[in-house]
Amino acid sequence: MTAELPPGLAIQKVDERIMTLNVGPQHPGSGHMRIIVQIDGDYIVACDPDPGYVHRGEEKMAEYRNYITNIPHLERPVIHDSCNVLYPYVLGVEELLGIEVPERAKYVRVICSELNRCIYIMYWLAIYGIFLGHSTMFMWPAGDRELLIDLMEKISGARVTHAHFVPGGVRNDLPPNFEEVCLRQVNYFEKRIKEYAAVFYDNPILISRTQDTGVLSREDAIRLGTTGSVLRASGVNYDLRQKEPYDVYEELDVHSPVMKEGDSYARSKIPWLDMLESCKIIRQALEKMPKSGSVRVKLKPNPKGKGLDSVYKRVESGRGSLGCHIVSDGKVEPYRLKLSVGSFRNLIALPYLLKGEKLGNMPSVYWSLNYWPVEADR
Amino acid sequence: MSVIAPNFKLSGFIKSIIDDAVWFLLIFSLIGFPVIMMVLFYIPMPVIDGELLTPFLAFTYLADPTRTLPIIQAFMTTDMFKVMAFPGFGFAALLAAGTIFVERKMLAKLQLRVGPFYCGKVEGILQLAGDGLKLISKEIIIPAKADKPIFWAAPVLFVASAAAFVALIPVAPGWVVADVDMGLLAVFAVIGFFPIVTILSAWSANSKFPFIGGIRALFQMVSFEIPLILSLLGVVMVTGTLNLSEIAASQSSFPWIVFLPVGAIVFFITMLAELERIPFDLPEAESEIVAGWLTELSGMMYGLVQLGTYLKLYAFAALFVVLFLGGWNGPMIVPPFPMELATEGIELGPVTAKIGGLEPLLSQVITQEMINGTLMFVLKTVGVIFFILLPRGVFPRIRIDMLLSLGWTKLIGLAFVNIFIALALVYAGVLGPGGLQ
Repeated sequence: MTAELPPGLAIQKVDERIMTLNVGPQHPGSGHMRIIVQIDGDYIVACDPDPGYVHRGEEKMAEYRNYITNIPHLERPVIHDSCNVLYPYVLGVEELLGIEVPERAKYVRVICSELNRCIYIMYWLAIYGIFLGHSTMFMWPAGDRELLIDLMEKISGARVTHAHFVPGGVRNDLPPNFEEVCLRQVNYFEKRIKEYAAVFYDNPILISRTQDTGVLSREDAIRLGTTGSVLRASGVNYDLRQKEPYDVYEELDVHSPVMKEGDSYARSKIPWLDMLESCKIIRQALEKMPKSGSVRVKLKPNPKGKGLDSVYKRVESGRGSLGCHIVSDGKVEPYRLKLSVGSFRNLIALPYLLKGEKLGNMPSVYWSLNYWPVEADR
Repeated sequence: MSVIAPNFKLSGFIKSIIDDAVWFLLIFSLIGFPVIMMVLFYIPMPVIDGELLTPFLAFTYLADPTRTLPIIQAFMTTDMFKVMAFPGFGFAALLAAGTIFVERKMLAKLQLRVGPFYCGKVEGILQLAGDGLKLISKEIIIPAKADKPIFWAAPVLFVASAAAFVALIPVAPGWVVADVDMGLLAVFAVIGFFPIVTILSAWSANSKFPFIGGIRALFQMVSFEIPLILSLLGVVMVTGTLNLSEIAASQSSFPWIVFLPVGAIVFFITMLAELERIPFDLPEAESEIVAGWLTELSGMMYGLVQLGTYLKLYAFAALFVVLFLGGWNGPMIVPPFPMELATEGIELGPVTAKIGGLEPLLSQVITQEMINGTLMFVLKTVGVIFFILLPRGVFPRIRIDMLLSLGWTKLIGLAFVNIFIALALVYAGVLGPGGLQ
């Protein structure tokens, strides 16, 4: 009987002890996805993440729009991190069209990018808090996020989806008096997030719950191709802001946090340390930024690429390396656009991490992977 | 054909009410009134104090305090009143409702938000009534594969167990629904019902997440019952009684928490676990198993379980107060009643107003000690409830293996330490049955 099965199919043995749980897509502990978990008592024997519930065909849509009208829909995969999602696309289009960006625009982009990283991580942290049953840690980041959202609103006019980066610079110059306001808000924000340590990161129950769970070794982290905070929590110092500096990151002092443990606790602490680092970068950028000058190179209407050409650019987003491959065939719209996102790569580690863990560790390990389902599906 | 809900109009609403009233009056005057008259004609009326009880006299009872107050006094001494109103269900439900409101507002303040605000104008004070109405009006959905009689019965049994627990708590001297000599044993017996009801509800739903939640609840409650019982042994040893009223009365000079702090701490932690409060809310861990054993409950079934949960919370806090904080004992802060007003009357110029039945009511039922004891008891209970609610804003949830190791190793060890402290106190002669000697 088994011999007659077509290739790729196999009869699965059903064990009476094993219970299969569908965690998601309608479950408070999953994002817009499903995790099929098989448990034996309280232990997870197998785990099969099943993304794809929010696939929107961003890449295909990009083939029907020109380089400028692609901007608003390409930031939809992660609307909390919209500047960083757009960043590689904008860098790539600039290289395709051969545009040199003004110095001030580069600094504005760095500030926007770091602000957006903090906004994203705060949202992530809020959900991490509620996944562990810590409702205060849900409300505090969700509230303090507003400080930076207000700043981004001042810059771009929109609270969440900014569409602020354009090929050739940024859409608008900074509002007057922005430097002072930004410095004040960021300083207060830094003071606030340092208070989180007392209630969350130094909490003995949190430490005992997340330490030594879902340990990802340095070798496995590299082998599975994880990026961002997951990679840096496993002891690999790999940050594109340092390794492949884009825009003005080489002029700024970036010290990405690295931890050796590779467990859920380290993975949850790295983004928090990232936010503290972002605050420092924002202060440096505000100091070094040229006080006046152009922020945008005017482009011709409907810009075209120069013949058959392709470009691959990547940046460090809130969830790790985010790449954008654009192939141009000399028309007004890209021939092919491919987003390579950190979320999807980090998700690959989930079955390895959850195997043998207890069911109670599932939310903390899952969300510590710094995973955003919508981005993984594109 | 689509069905469109008719628009709500106030005029139509009023008209329907008037229609109903007219029909009611018509039916009552044509059928009900003759029936009442026939009944009055055939049934001999009772004679009270030498007077025939006519319907007119019955109405005067309502307006004449000298006749009404003895009735109220007699009613307040009945078991019915005790069960329904004061030390029993009504009092506990009132405190439980207050607890829900305080929990929501306090947690909101802790988390830098407002909490319930709009319902009831003043700080959302009617939010609970709104939530209750919503739960009542919701459809009750039973899973197709559920074991229906047990699934229906479980929420009711849960509230019944919680109410039975409430009935054992003495609130003021002499004010307890069931004053049994084996009071503490009865408490243990009632606590033993909760895991059974929980697993019945979880198992009968025939669904995966409730089942896991029920198993977790069973683990948690059964393994924490042992340190719970052991931690209370110390109090029983120094008082020499199991009667909760006597235990409370024995703490007139010192509450037992002064001598048995270890037992109090162990009892408090086990209490949090029995109540499924954060950090021990594993049976309802929403990010892992949706809502645990409550997942398939809907509408008022869920509301009943919530009512039972908060009654249980009040009962546990009250048990902590009775056993460790001295129950109703405390400084007399209620001023004595002006009894001469009741006995001699109030002089209002030429007229002296005197209410006849007030004096026995104030001296026998609603005494100064009762009011003061209730006040002390409520103050202490509210304090304990505050400390039960507080961890919800501070701690994340712990894991089941950590919970079990905490219960089986640390808490049981500490409970034995507490027993040895009590033994030492009794044998050294510091304490004996009946309090400080």
